[in-house]
Amino acid sequence: MGFDFANLFSVALGAILVNNFIFSQFLGICPFMGVSKKIDTAAGMGIAVTFVMGLASAICWPINELLLHFDLAFMQTVTFILVIAALVQFIEMFLKKSMPSLYEALGIYLPLITTNCAVLGVVLQNTQNSYDFITSVVYGITGGLGFMLAIVIFASIRERLTFSECPKAFEGFPIALMTAGLVALSFMGFSGLKVF
Amino acid sequence: MNPKKQLMDGLFFQNPVTVQLLGMCSTMAITTTLFNGLGMGVSVLIILTLSNILIAALRKIIPNNIRIACFIVVIAGFVTIVDLMLQAFIPALSKSLGLFIPLIVVNCIILGRAEAFSYKNSIAASTLDGIFQGLGYTIILIIMCVIREFLGGGTVMGGLLEINQETGQLVFGLGTAAGIRVLPEAFPALGMILPVGGFLTLACLIAAMQYILNKPKKAKKTEEVAK
Repeated sequence: MGFDFANLFSVALGAILVNNFIFSQFLGICPFMGVSKKIDTAAGMGIAVTFVMGLASAICWPINELLLHFDLAFMQTVTFILVIAALVQFIEMFLKKSMPSLYEALGIYLPLITTNCAVLGVVLQNTQNSYDFITSVVYGITGGLGFMLAIVIFASIRERLTFSECPKAFEGFPIALMTAGLVALSFMGFSGLKVF
Repeated sequence: MNPKKQLMDGLFFQNPVTVQLLGMCSTMAITTTLFNGLGMGVSVLIILTLSNILIAALRKIIPNNIRIACFIVVIAGFVTIVDLMLQAFIPALSKSLGLFIPLIVVNCIILGRAEAFSYKNSIAASTLDGIFQGLGYTIILIIMCVIREFLGGGTVMGGLLEINQETGQLVFGLGTAAGIRVLPEAFPALGMILPVGGFLTLACLIAAMQYILNKPKKAKKTEEVAK
């Protein structure tokens, strides 16, 4: 087995820190802003997204091979979004039956993952970079972990933000965006990081 | 049907980005040059209008339980069409927007309008809604592009116009032109082109919007108190 662990490691590190989905690629901003008011729900969302991103990468890889085999590459977007929608629906039903506690903790955020552009984004990036199966799955999972890291950091800042005073016009959403901008600035510090 | 109200709502009072807070990923990600912003805005406008028309036409056939899935298939179909058209006719735009063209599928504006408007209204009203909401999105993109390009790169009209070094004439270059330099090269803050700039510019725009929208309400409230 010729696993290139160095390569996998650099893909993982890139997905978590250097090319963080939120702070450097702008994917998945909607749930990032919407579900980051409390650390608990933010962590729940992060776990759910990580799970779906990993699974979607794994399932879409053979499907993409099939599409390429039949010369149907132009159907990629339509197929992938349907696969993701079906996958999220399936996970919802599965969790409801077998893990009701986790299902209740995730609540409304589970169906919302369908329209999270990070999930479709990771699948499309896998095909564009023509990653092999293992790399795709690693990229999906670590991308999700990067999302989770970002949303948990941001939620913990935002919990304190509610007690701080700011100009009237900036209250609520704009000041949160400003904060996100500053966190993004600090994540730029990782941009020089390179493995091997 | 009330076209005038729809126009004002789309452009201002219910602007998809600054008031409804939808579709922020693309708003922040691609607004680095005017060319990108304009291209993205027009693409979304076309897709939004077409999908609004089709969903309004099919609204009595689509079963309520699986409507979201149906919307997504309709939207994905139109996105694929626009994606392929751009690759064929404006490859420069397709290249610089990259991943964000297929990602229009999950742009919340389009799904949001399908759910909130065209699933409940007539074809004519939905068409207008698509055009006006699309225009509102495009205008915000253009404002963001102009601000970020000016502060971050010191140029305007990037990707559309440039001044030829030798002849000194304005040259039109789709996607290749470097833009007209306004600030000397030493001045611009590169950060405004980077992700940070996107967050900060959008925050300021939304804050300005909140400030404007809250003003008349406050005036009314003080009047009521005075009475």
